[in-house]
Amino acid sequence: MAAAGNTHAARWGVMNVVVVLYALFPVWWIAALSFKDPSTLTDGDYIPRDWTLENYRGIFDTSEFTRALINSIGIALISTVIAVALGTMAAYAVARLRFPGKRVLIGMSLLIAMFPPISLVSPLFNIERIIGIFDTWVGLIIPYMTFSLPLAIYTLSAFFREIPWDLEKAAKVDGATPAQAFRMVIVPLAAPGVFTTAILVFIFCWNDFLFAISLTSTESARTVPAAIAFFTGSSQFQQPTGSIAAAAVVITIPIILFVLFFQRRIVAGLTSGAVKG
Amino acid sequence: MAEIILEGVTKRFPDGALAVKDVDLEIADGEFVILVGPSGCGKSTTLNMIAGLEDITEGTLRIGDRVVNDLAPKERDVAMVFQSYALYPHMNVRQNMGFPLRLAKVDKATINAKVTEAARILDLTEHLDRKPANLSGGQRQRVAMGRAIVRDPKAFLMDEPLSNLDAKLRVQMRTQISRLQRSLGTTTVYVTHDQTEAMTLGDRVVVMRQGLVQQIGTPAELYDLPRNIFVAGFIGSPAMNFLNATLADGALRSSLGDLTLDDRTRQALERQDAPREVIVGLRPEAFQDVALSRDRDRTGPVHTATVEVLESLGSDVYVYFAAEGGPATTTELEELAKDSGLRDTGADTRHIVARLDAATRAREGEPVELQVDMAKAHVFDPATGANLTHPVRAD
Repeated sequence: MAAAGNTHAARWGVMNVVVVLYALFPVWWIAALSFKDPSTLTDGDYIPRDWTLENYRGIFDTSEFTRALINSIGIALISTVIAVALGTMAAYAVARLRFPGKRVLIGMSLLIAMFPPISLVSPLFNIERIIGIFDTWVGLIIPYMTFSLPLAIYTLSAFFREIPWDLEKAAKVDGATPAQAFRMVIVPLAAPGVFTTAILVFIFCWNDFLFAISLTSTESARTVPAAIAFFTGSSQFQQPTGSIAAAAVVITIPIILFVLFFQRRIVAGLTSGAVKG
Repeated sequence: MAEIILEGVTKRFPDGALAVKDVDLEIADGEFVILVGPSGCGKSTTLNMIAGLEDITEGTLRIGDRVVNDLAPKERDVAMVFQSYALYPHMNVRQNMGFPLRLAKVDKATINAKVTEAARILDLTEHLDRKPANLSGGQRQRVAMGRAIVRDPKAFLMDEPLSNLDAKLRVQMRTQISRLQRSLGTTTVYVTHDQTEAMTLGDRVVVMRQGLVQQIGTPAELYDLPRNIFVAGFIGSPAMNFLNATLADGALRSSLGDLTLDDRTRQALERQDAPREVIVGLRPEAFQDVALSRDRDRTGPVHTATVEVLESLGSDVYVYFAAEGGPATTTELEELAKDSGLRDTGADTRHIVARLDAATRAREGEPVELQVDMAKAHVFDPATGANLTHPVRAD
């Protein structure tokens, strides 16, 4: 029995190591690159011979990257907050209320989510230029919300459906206004869903390249993924590989922090015990 | 505390389905009223309308001296206990019970005192800091009760509060609810599909079917004087036996032989133009073992039956036997049979069941002579389901 258990555990261990290596190898590669100095950049080693922070110093030297980082953080956070706030309310309505045109609404939002963004870029570019929000934060926040709201509504309405309706009725009879019932009973219970959605939306906004490169033209709203594409080497003949690698590592950090921070709040089984189970 | 008055209360859902039709009910201050009926009879909808969780399509609802048709649940000052208990999982027992008071902006010290008191009554003191997830079913049920009583509301509304408990606990909690209601003296409306619960708990019982009130009365009235075949079949366990019979020469010709009717019953049937084909209803205790009958001269038709199954409960013996032609069926009875999966009737619907004294000598497979007490027999019109003997017995 014990031997069989050990083999079983070993097999799982090997599988896990393979999967983790497969997933993390590119990350390690880019991280290694970011610590190499320009002379050894192309030596093909996966472990830098001379460790240097030169690339990091380089990207923080100019406003090109720092400004983009501020744009990225600002735009992604604002989009996430608005999308989650609107999504929570919309998802609640979808999950709980019966109203005319509900199916049409769900269909429409699904349609938007399925639309290939590339086909919308050119019209958006023209529209934004005409109404004057091209190359602004708003100009990116709006399309980000458009594409992340359907996702938010979908995930959240699934969570809301899980919450027993009796809880809300109980709150109402206990003397809560609909707003109080929503705030004091429903939202705390939907919190895991809200955080999950927030993570997904934030990652979507943070990682977007297409809208960022198409709807910005200057540092005023250019986010990091787009800014990296504009990196130049210190001379015309030098590739900015080191800087790109360093920038790539830097923009990974907020995502990791964001996920780690919210992961603790995604506690499964929060609703257990509400009703007979 | 207050009385609750329903006048012609009707609920029609947006899709046109009529859930509750024209309910008239006056619940006195402090009274314990049970709404009972098979699933889908409109009892829960009626309760939800009293709570304010469902809109009232037509009619008037008064709680105390106020018409509350258009008031939100929070303005009606009623407390509700749900079948699922609906405890807030993110709050501990103390917070759950104090929630209504917190919403009412009661000061912290008062909340604490009231919650502590309610916890003492319900024996929850040691669990006050636990979350609902860590409580047993019975404890959760008590927390739900506690959340209702801390508020001292005008009325308690209970929607099948015991149906999620196991049988033994249910009986215990039934007694506890009854005692609690009497000591608090709060008007209570209680919904259940279990006729035993209805009979044991209620001051008065309202039997509903398909959104219509069938009969309102004390448990004894419903048992002895059912207005129609539905109430007769629904109330009582084991259920009433129903047989097809033909009315001829002042007697009911049935598979149990000719059941002679007394003069008053006969006259009453004539007055009401009773049809020739009727259904006769006999409760299990309307039968008596002739061998045990001390009262030899008591008249009543005697039927000899072969015992198929015998169940001894110690105090009583249930004897099951087949009746020629089988039991009578009507739409009402079929509906009850369909619903009886939910009911603990203990009765086999294809057989006649008689409740005999424990001293009976009846044995399985052997014949037994049974006397039918016609004073306890009911005669129903198969077309309308009305109890034709009701006027006679009601006197």
